[in-house]
Amino acid sequence: MDTEVIRVEGARKRYGDKDALDGLDLAVGRGTVHGLLGPNGAGKTTTVRILATLLRHDAGLVRVAGHDVRTGAREVRRRIGLLGQHAALDEELGGRQNLEMFGRLHHLGARRAGVRADELLERFGLTGTGRKPVRRYSGGMRRRLDLAASLITEPEVLFLDEPTTGLDPRGRAEVWESVRSLVGGGTTVLLTTQYLEEADQLADRISVVDRGRVVADGTADELKARVGADRIDVVVRDARRLDEAAGLLPAARAEVSVDADRRLLSAPVTDRMASLAATVGALGSAGIDAEDIALRRPTLDEVFLHLTADGTAREKEVAA
Amino acid sequence: MSAAYVVSDCWTMTRRELAHWARQPVQVLVGLVFPVMMLLMFGHLVGGGRAVDGDYVDYLVPGMLALTMVFGLEGTMTAVTQDLNKGVIDRFRAMPMTDGAVLVGRAAADMLQSVVGLLLMTGVGYAIGWRANGGPEAFLGALGLLLLLRFAMLWIGIFLALVAGRAELVQAVQILVWPFGFLSNAFASPASMPDWLGAVVEWNPLSATATAVRELFGNPGGAPGHVTAAVVWPLVLLAVFFPLAVRTFGRLGR
Repeated sequence: MDTEVIRVEGARKRYGDKDALDGLDLAVGRGTVHGLLGPNGAGKTTTVRILATLLRHDAGLVRVAGHDVRTGAREVRRRIGLLGQHAALDEELGGRQNLEMFGRLHHLGARRAGVRADELLERFGLTGTGRKPVRRYSGGMRRRLDLAASLITEPEVLFLDEPTTGLDPRGRAEVWESVRSLVGGGTTVLLTTQYLEEADQLADRISVVDRGRVVADGTADELKARVGADRIDVVVRDARRLDEAAGLLPAARAEVSVDADRRLLSAPVTDRMASLAATVGALGSAGIDAEDIALRRPTLDEVFLHLTADGTAREKEVAA
Repeated sequence: MSAAYVVSDCWTMTRRELAHWARQPVQVLVGLVFPVMMLLMFGHLVGGGRAVDGDYVDYLVPGMLALTMVFGLEGTMTAVTQDLNKGVIDRFRAMPMTDGAVLVGRAAADMLQSVVGLLLMTGVGYAIGWRANGGPEAFLGALGLLLLLRFAMLWIGIFLALVAGRAELVQAVQILVWPFGFLSNAFASPASMPDWLGAVVEWNPLSATATAVRELFGNPGGAPGHVTAAVVWPLVLLAVFFPLAVRTFGRLGR
């Protein structure tokens, strides 16, 4: 049996003179959750739209559920569900009307479409919404209905494009819970996100995307190991003693980054508590006054700076 | 893709449009009342002084019916543009449904609205003194010609919306449709116009339909032999814009 549900080799897509995808490769195994992690404009949405047959790629191989998205679009559409960034619902109709319509368009037949609509409303806590039009739904309700609409036929592959962007923490937790229960049922999920935490929570494997390419690939733990561990940040009160303080941190001097304007030192640490104690002790005996000392996880920015080959160039670009 | 799926998909999409009507009856009503208002305005306020042999209301009503069919283009274009800018179109396109079903649903709903509109306007026309004297077959034939013109305008509207895809361009078309509508014989006989203008007006497809319909209704301004033009013009427009519209829809996302 085919264990690979999504296969992308060297996919390219150009908009005008900008490469949205610049030779993207991707392989997703059956029944797994795969995260596409990257900043805005990295090519995540373009990738999902190509995989979901909404957009045509210029070059490369793209196969979903055993079919080429160009030549077998209809076969692909039979097997996928899509939750895009914006609700793909008829805003004028009610929740049940929407689900029933999508069921009919999936050729379930009138009766089964109705039964399926009721099942999904129940499952996503939307029973009793009646004829209220979707445009009057809250953001969380809309997202749940949108997810329900993506699951009409229990798709083999489900695409989730930034499924929790714009949701409050409770809405986010609800979506995460739904995704987990789906995977229990054998659905393959491809999820895009800007949040490291989200990829960490949900994905078995993560591909980091930057400027239309995959720049790193692996489990969350593998990627974190590559980024380096947690960091310790120290804000030194006296700017003149910044360099001296940098030499005292429990890390190789080359690994300590110095931000003179903010009087901020930052260094990777291996053992959180021991490093904190060592830093406090070393600064104390040298008589250097610290305004603030904090341990923190690497931020998404740092992940990208580490994983993109020309991270420094990018940093300058962002600063400019 | 079996024929049964094609029919069921198109029906589902038509039902969607009808469900929108049921939700927004006021909007539908306004769409139907506007042409009636125009008819009453031109019949009673503006009209009367045109160089027309016979009763002006008898001349005006068929012209207004044809004009309403042409103005339907705006409504189609607005509806398609709104739909394209909504997320739901992505879901339709990512589903294994019949390719053109979204467009067919739009077309069916618009044609249905036009049938209702025509019946309403002929009713109001009757109330203000308009009479059709051509017999029932000719009456139905005239309605058929009007709906054929509407059908052609519909696919032009769909095509323009697919190409433009933005609300600003809908506004531009909404403005341009007025000179197109008025540079016709809907309100005034070309005989009353300067020669060059009369020639432009005679060539307007709207004029061909209006003249043929007047002939079939037995109203002033009719002339024999225009039925052919009233059939051919819309068919030519359809032959161009129907395939263009379907093709453009299929190529969204390329």
